[in-house]
Amino acid sequence: MPSSPPADPSSSSAAPPSSQPLHLAVALDGTGWHPASWREPGARPDDLLTAGFWTDAVLEAERGLLDFVTFEDSLSPQSSDRERLDGRTDQVRGRLDAVLVATRVAPVTRNIGLVPTVVATHTEPFHLSKAIATLDYVSGGRAGLRVKVSAAPHEAAHFGRREFPALRADELTAPRGQALVEELFDEAADYVEVVRRLWDSWEDDAEIRDAATGRFIDREKLHYIDFEGRHFSVKGPSITPRPPQGQPVVSALAHAPVPYRLVARSTDIGYVTPHDATEAAAIVLEVTAERERAGLGTEPLHIFGDLVVFLDPEPGSARARKERLDALDGSALTSDALVFTGTPSELADLLIEWQRAGLSGFRLRPGTVDHDLPAITRELVPELQERGAFRRSYEASTLRGLLGLSRPANRYASAQA
Amino acid sequence: MSKPLKQIHLAAHFPGVNNTTVWSDPAAGSHIEFESFAHFARTAERAKFDFLFLAEGLRLREQGGKIYDLDVVGRPDTFTVLTALAAVTDRIGLTGTINSTFNEPYEVARQFASLDHLSAGRAAWNVVTSWDAFTGENFRRGGFLAQEDRYTRAKQFLTAAHTLFDSWRGDEIVADKETGRFLRDADAGSFHHRDEHFDIAGQFNVPRSPQGRPVIFQAGDSEEGREFAAATADAIFSRHSTLDAGKTFYTDVKGRLGRYGRTADELLILPSATFVLGDTDAEAHERAREVRRSQVSGQTAIKFLEQVWNRDLSAYDPDGPLPDIDPDTGEHTVARGRASVRMFRDPTATAREWRERAEAEGLSIRDLVIEAGNRQTFVGTAATVAETINSFVQADASDGFILVPHVTPGGLDEFADTVVPLLQERGVFRSEYEGTTLRDHLKIAVPEPGADRETAARTAS
Repeated sequence: MPSSPPADPSSSSAAPPSSQPLHLAVALDGTGWHPASWREPGARPDDLLTAGFWTDAVLEAERGLLDFVTFEDSLSPQSSDRERLDGRTDQVRGRLDAVLVATRVAPVTRNIGLVPTVVATHTEPFHLSKAIATLDYVSGGRAGLRVKVSAAPHEAAHFGRREFPALRADELTAPRGQALVEELFDEAADYVEVVRRLWDSWEDDAEIRDAATGRFIDREKLHYIDFEGRHFSVKGPSITPRPPQGQPVVSALAHAPVPYRLVARSTDIGYVTPHDATEAAAIVLEVTAERERAGLGTEPLHIFGDLVVFLDPEPGSARARKERLDALDGSALTSDALVFTGTPSELADLLIEWQRAGLSGFRLRPGTVDHDLPAITRELVPELQERGAFRRSYEASTLRGLLGLSRPANRYASAQA
Repeated sequence: MSKPLKQIHLAAHFPGVNNTTVWSDPAAGSHIEFESFAHFARTAERAKFDFLFLAEGLRLREQGGKIYDLDVVGRPDTFTVLTALAAVTDRIGLTGTINSTFNEPYEVARQFASLDHLSAGRAAWNVVTSWDAFTGENFRRGGFLAQEDRYTRAKQFLTAAHTLFDSWRGDEIVADKETGRFLRDADAGSFHHRDEHFDIAGQFNVPRSPQGRPVIFQAGDSEEGREFAAATADAIFSRHSTLDAGKTFYTDVKGRLGRYGRTADELLILPSATFVLGDTDAEAHERAREVRRSQVSGQTAIKFLEQVWNRDLSAYDPDGPLPDIDPDTGEHTVARGRASVRMFRDPTATAREWRERAEAEGLSIRDLVIEAGNRQTFVGTAATVAETINSFVQADASDGFILVPHVTPGGLDEFADTVVPLLQERGVFRSEYEGTTLRDHLKIAVPEPGADRETAARTAS
């Protein structure tokens, strides 16, 4: 359950099965998370820029009753090098705006949550707030967002307004790198705060259409947000009324204390990347403690484990498939998250074990969309259902509902009450 | 020998924040819920319209220091709602107004290229400018632009966006599974653009879209606005929907194209227009009067006068005579975020003219505002309206119209069912879409990558 104290991982095998079903999401990124995934016989690399590709993938995820899908994004072409463009021509390059991909899919799906990635560093929280609010209207309450930062100098050059030093991964943990990381994450926290205030800047019943007085809105129910921060100030109110969920679901990926702080203070879901149950429990403790320090200890927070997955029913065949893809790409796949190869049953074991360690759900990154996404929806999901660990039908029509999150009161309305 | 009949272009505007939607009409629905947009778009597509159009406003208007509460207020995000509409329609063009002042070229180019991909070639961009610090208070940059710089930034923004759209030629993606070559060219999307407002470089990450780049629309009536459109736009929106004003504007703007090496058919002129239909012309005129009275309540009339007078006029009776005081001609402080204020360039003269008219015709404040603000264009039976639209287009008062119904989302239905078939019978409007993209509908060629860089550069300088 969100925010519940994690079980002691050392006794996890003895712990009773969690009474809470786990939550399951998939992360969509091109033809899959393996850089050579586009070369698989069933892959559709020519369709990546079409609506049909994304509709098919999300409908597949919805068929598996998943809580939501995330859509990866960045403000520059993909690169195997985190800090700069790699100049490679043998991997997928080029992609569409994630918010718009999510929106294009929304009218043709019914239940699944839609969570696009947004780069806080170079975009406007005012624009983003109304875009996600609109995604929430279009989808009938299924919108979320995944916020991320960008320290890449080449992405900053696309906007020409800021400059960042070129830092290697190991330099990011040195003092100079840490200062930049903290600045970017503090800015992202401000960004989320602005987005959230804008969602609340209209009370739910602000539109009154009062023919007697001729007033379309009750302006007493619209609020200036008057945000002042280091990188931007925003007056408000939004131009878009409060979205159906009140507050669409905010999420972030985090690997270290500074981003854990963003997760703890600003989000509803944090994606983390433990490599075993012990590490999962330690991360959950750290994030939960940070949430309590922020005075939000009673607010629900989901902590999802991220895993790259290759799934095949026959033992050994997923590993062989991954190795074949590694050979095509010229190097073994490495990732921030654990790379899992195995059977759906083995993955179900792992997920349940990690759930006992305190995680409330998982975001699975399919190694290949054409193979591993249906393996998740048609093999892993039934396996989890048989163990009583996953839903058998959608029990709510909104993303907050699926995640067990109530619709929040409007901060401005309650301040007045 | 007579001229061949011109084909009419028709589009529909879903009004967002506005003072003409009759929201008290029992048929009026939500202007936020997606189903309203879907209904409107499907109607326009059923009628074979060229495109639907959304305006934008990035800060809620204020009057007397308070949020203005008499108009329809609140609207969804333009890119997002257009992309969702791409899922429920197949052919109709999707035109979004996007401000060049409070956005950055890389992001806007990405969003338009994405919309064009996701709609299979139906995206159009109405490029507008803003300068006011009032709107800027919602954005990182704040109100940073002098009014006289706004077209400079708009031109440079558009040039930068074209550079990004053209950074992919369209043949870079090989995706050969056998050889392992995905990209033909590692530099696909490379760009560099530098001028007064932008210094950007790197690689654009959206490959070339079906239309090459979105269709470019312009609104703007000033000398600078007309010149900007003549140099860069595929279509221009105008307010000149009467026959004589339309012809004058049409002749002027089309006459400017030659200096940019363009021909008259490379820029469509599409005034915005309203319509009221009836079973007889007399009934339509009666309905039109009712619509005007619904649009202008007593309170609305007072607020409208305040925008011209630049004073608090709340003590005046809307059913009484016009104020005998003159407008405050100092800095405009009463209404903020409202473009219509700038239409009255000499408020004192406007006030005098209105007072004289009200006295001569015995009009109250509300009557005067109803009469003075009346921009109803086509009023009559379906046959009358079809004939009038056709005669305007054949007389070169426009190339077609962007229709704004006074009720949403159903206000277009009657036009689609009654007027459109008559235009089709006359052979001046399509009965089926001939192509799939908006460029097909507008008969505008897909640009070669980089073909117009020279023009764009000349415009920017």
